[in-house]
Amino acid sequence: MQFMLLFSRQGKLRLQKWYVPLSDKEKKKITRELVQTVLARKPKMCSFLEWRDLKIVYKRYASLYFCCAIEDQDNELITLEIIHRYVELLDKYFGSVCELDIIFNFEKAYFILDEFLLGGEVQETSKKNVLKAIEQADLLQEKTDYVSQQEFHWV
Amino acid sequence: MRSGDVLARMVVPSLKLQDLIEEIRGAKTQAQEREVIQKECAQIRASFRDGDPLQRHRQLAKLLYVHMLGYPAHFGQMECLKLIASPRFTDKRVGYLGAMLLLDERHDAHLLITNSIKNDLSQGIQPVQGLALCTLSTMGSAEMCRDLATEVEKLLLQPSPYVRKKAVLTAVHMIRKDPELSSVFLPPCAKLLHERHHGILLGTTTLITELCERNPAALRHFRKVVPQLVQILRTLVTTGYSTEHSICGVSDPFLQVQILRLLRILGRNHEESSEAMNDLLAQVATNTDTSRNAGNAVLLETVLTIMDIHSAAGLRVLAVNILGRFLLNNDKNIRYVALTSLLRLVQSDHNAVQRHRSTVVECLQETDASLSRRALELSLALVNSSNVRAMMQELQAFLESCPPDLRADCASGILLAAERFAPSKRWHIDTILHVLTTAGTHVRDDAVANLTQLIGEAQELHAYSVRRLYSALAEDISQQPLAQVAAWCIGEYGDLLLEGNCEEIEPFRVEEEEVLALLEKLLQSHLSLPATRGYAITALMKLSTRLRGDNNRIRQVVSIYGSCVDIELQQRAVEYNVLFQKYDHMRAAILEKMPLVDRSDSQVVEERKENKAGAQLLEAAAPVPTEPQAAKLLDLLDLLDDTPGHAQHLPPLAPSPGEALVHLLDLPCVPPPPAPIPSLRVFERDGVQLDLSFVRPLETPGLLLVTATTTNSSKEDATHFICQAAVPKSFQMQLQAPSGDTIPAQGGLPVTQLFRILNPNKATLRLKLRLTYNHFGQPVQEIFEVDNLPVETWQ
Repeated sequence: MQFMLLFSRQGKLRLQKWYVPLSDKEKKKITRELVQTVLARKPKMCSFLEWRDLKIVYKRYASLYFCCAIEDQDNELITLEIIHRYVELLDKYFGSVCELDIIFNFEKAYFILDEFLLGGEVQETSKKNVLKAIEQADLLQEKTDYVSQQEFHWV
Repeated sequence: MRSGDVLARMVVPSLKLQDLIEEIRGAKTQAQEREVIQKECAQIRASFRDGDPLQRHRQLAKLLYVHMLGYPAHFGQMECLKLIASPRFTDKRVGYLGAMLLLDERHDAHLLITNSIKNDLSQGIQPVQGLALCTLSTMGSAEMCRDLATEVEKLLLQPSPYVRKKAVLTAVHMIRKDPELSSVFLPPCAKLLHERHHGILLGTTTLITELCERNPAALRHFRKVVPQLVQILRTLVTTGYSTEHSICGVSDPFLQVQILRLLRILGRNHEESSEAMNDLLAQVATNTDTSRNAGNAVLLETVLTIMDIHSAAGLRVLAVNILGRFLLNNDKNIRYVALTSLLRLVQSDHNAVQRHRSTVVECLQETDASLSRRALELSLALVNSSNVRAMMQELQAFLESCPPDLRADCASGILLAAERFAPSKRWHIDTILHVLTTAGTHVRDDAVANLTQLIGEAQELHAYSVRRLYSALAEDISQQPLAQVAAWCIGEYGDLLLEGNCEEIEPFRVEEEEVLALLEKLLQSHLSLPATRGYAITALMKLSTRLRGDNNRIRQVVSIYGSCVDIELQQRAVEYNVLFQKYDHMRAAILEKMPLVDRSDSQVVEERKENKAGAQLLEAAAPVPTEPQAAKLLDLLDLLDDTPGHAQHLPPLAPSPGEALVHLLDLPCVPPPPAPIPSLRVFERDGVQLDLSFVRPLETPGLLLVTATTTNSSKEDATHFICQAAVPKSFQMQLQAPSGDTIPAQGGLPVTQLFRILNPNKATLRLKLRLTYNHFGQPVQEIFEVDNLPVETWQ
């Protein structure tokens, strides 16, 4: 996968994960164009489109569009499963997730994604394991102690 | 200022992230939002400078939110570094996130986190190691990867599967960034493949795939794990039911798909490996649940693998049938991938795909344009001599109602297919006529030349053709290609038009005056392109010898146009005038019916055998032109040009009637045709080659027609290809639009482009070319002068 974008029906970006190195300017341009293209699609159209030299797989969940750019040899149908799995993870974590959860807790949305995909590839296919990892990281964050095994020092 | 105020100002309460988000969302206008954000950013900056370090992560989080809305956040880059270096997990979590969002390999700053990553990787705290690996695999540059390769390699041996699975995928990223690192990560793969943890297995499969795709030696090396992979997949499919990893009853479809993809790469072009996986593929193909998308995803990958390796014929048919079933699926997405995949297979497994022809044709009715487009491509590819009549009917019907952006492709496709498979000349003429009347503005420029050629050749059908064309023209003079062909035909065969009966059509009588009136109407209409008017006036002229009445009307028209503003028309009219006056005794001979011209072979698309050893090409038998060549100014000189997209040799040229006239007037006898000018290879790089071929049309001494043909024998397509040319100031040059901007790999259809160079002074020709394109993921730019131009190009 080259990148994943989440955006609202008004075209507001809610999450952007880039797995290829691009300048800020290029990212903005791609985002703008792609958002426009996807939003222009009619509801009954299929989830795939060709854009530049990439395949775009997108799906709308409530008010959010999940949009992935994959390469020519990648399997579109399994990408749909990737998107769905991510939504399920968010749903489990937030309890019946809605767009607001992702807006107000965007860092968490990233952390969850980063336990599911790594470098654009699927790293963990067990829902249970992904959620467990997030839980443990959250717990670690709550601890007020420093976790370093070295002596603690002020930064 | 009271002390209370000063105090208040000093202890500015830091807005919590949630509150900031609320405030931004509450802004009613863009300007208001900007104000809130600017204020907050100033506050964040101040806090970075001298605020509480314990709050740094909160400040950065706010900044990251603002960054997502599109506001600048570069001043947070250093803060990311500080947070990553902090021992607190909270700090690291946000710091690494910031690094992934704000730093990239273009900034030198990114290298500064290498040390922190190194430390975090070796400290043995799993969540921290996870963060570091994640960041490295998201934004790690080649340099960082080289620095940290050994660390990651060590982690592959770590006991914790959590870390190992991430290390494996980080290795994938590292190899993508620096392929030399393959040597580091190849050895551990064998052992990793024995893992039971799905995440590690998946990562390892991905890693091996990456290694094999980049390195033929690695590919050979990993063929030996084919049995092991087959076993893993078999276990998954037969007994591996773990609810933890299943989706709708399909065991870990992510892992299945990845293994199938690796098997495809290993089995390709290798008999032994292919055989080892045949049974398993059959098993997966028949046993996978097709009711939900997860199962279909696995099936799709299975089908692609079956078709790409050496599989038994029965298995291949099974695979194509799966795609055929997909075509009937209610789910649009499934139909889409079916059409795409069938398109890939239509050349190599033509008969198997033919079985599903009727389903494909039904897909033409899809409301979704991306599906109907594929259905069109596939339908065109499925036309053969036995089904041509039926298929053409469907396609013609489609042409009448299809969305405008598909018209051009449909029209060209029909014309090409008609050319290849026409069961009879008359059918062919009818088909072209129908296309011209239905979608005249969308046909390619060479359609006119093709049709006139075709009609000219079909002697027995001259009467039929001219009548049908006359009727069509009388109905509608606005479709330019149709008008041009009709005018030409009427001019050539006007006598047959008036002569009464033609068996194949209802007889109708046409008066001479009507014919002349129609041509005049065409000539005068503001809808007619200059080229069309050229055809019309020439046709009128020819009729002066074909019709029985006196020629006063024609003479009048011709003399009026002697002062026409359009130079081309004016020239013709003047010459025709002269023909009436000084050379009247030669007129009949000059205006005689044209002899047949040898047709060049460039019209027929060669059938290419599918090359399995290379990258897959999306091929259709009817190549779709990359731009609808709608209503381009068809200068008659273009008839001398080669049709774009095909020629590798100098074709014999179909003379336009006007040109033949000029030629005959200048010289009393026909000079021998000039020896063809040798072609030149002017450029070669990594399999991309550019050849120039030259034509000096006799009729126009100073004109040189250059066709640039670009081919690609490498394994990857060259895209975004642009060729520009430059000549010295004394020359005039015109470049026509190229036939495309992608040069397909493995000797696919070349891209051609025509240059017209006018060199009235016969000065020494110099030509510079500038090429830009993308190849193997890199932009290429080449500027060079063409040396060794043959002297015949300008003398």
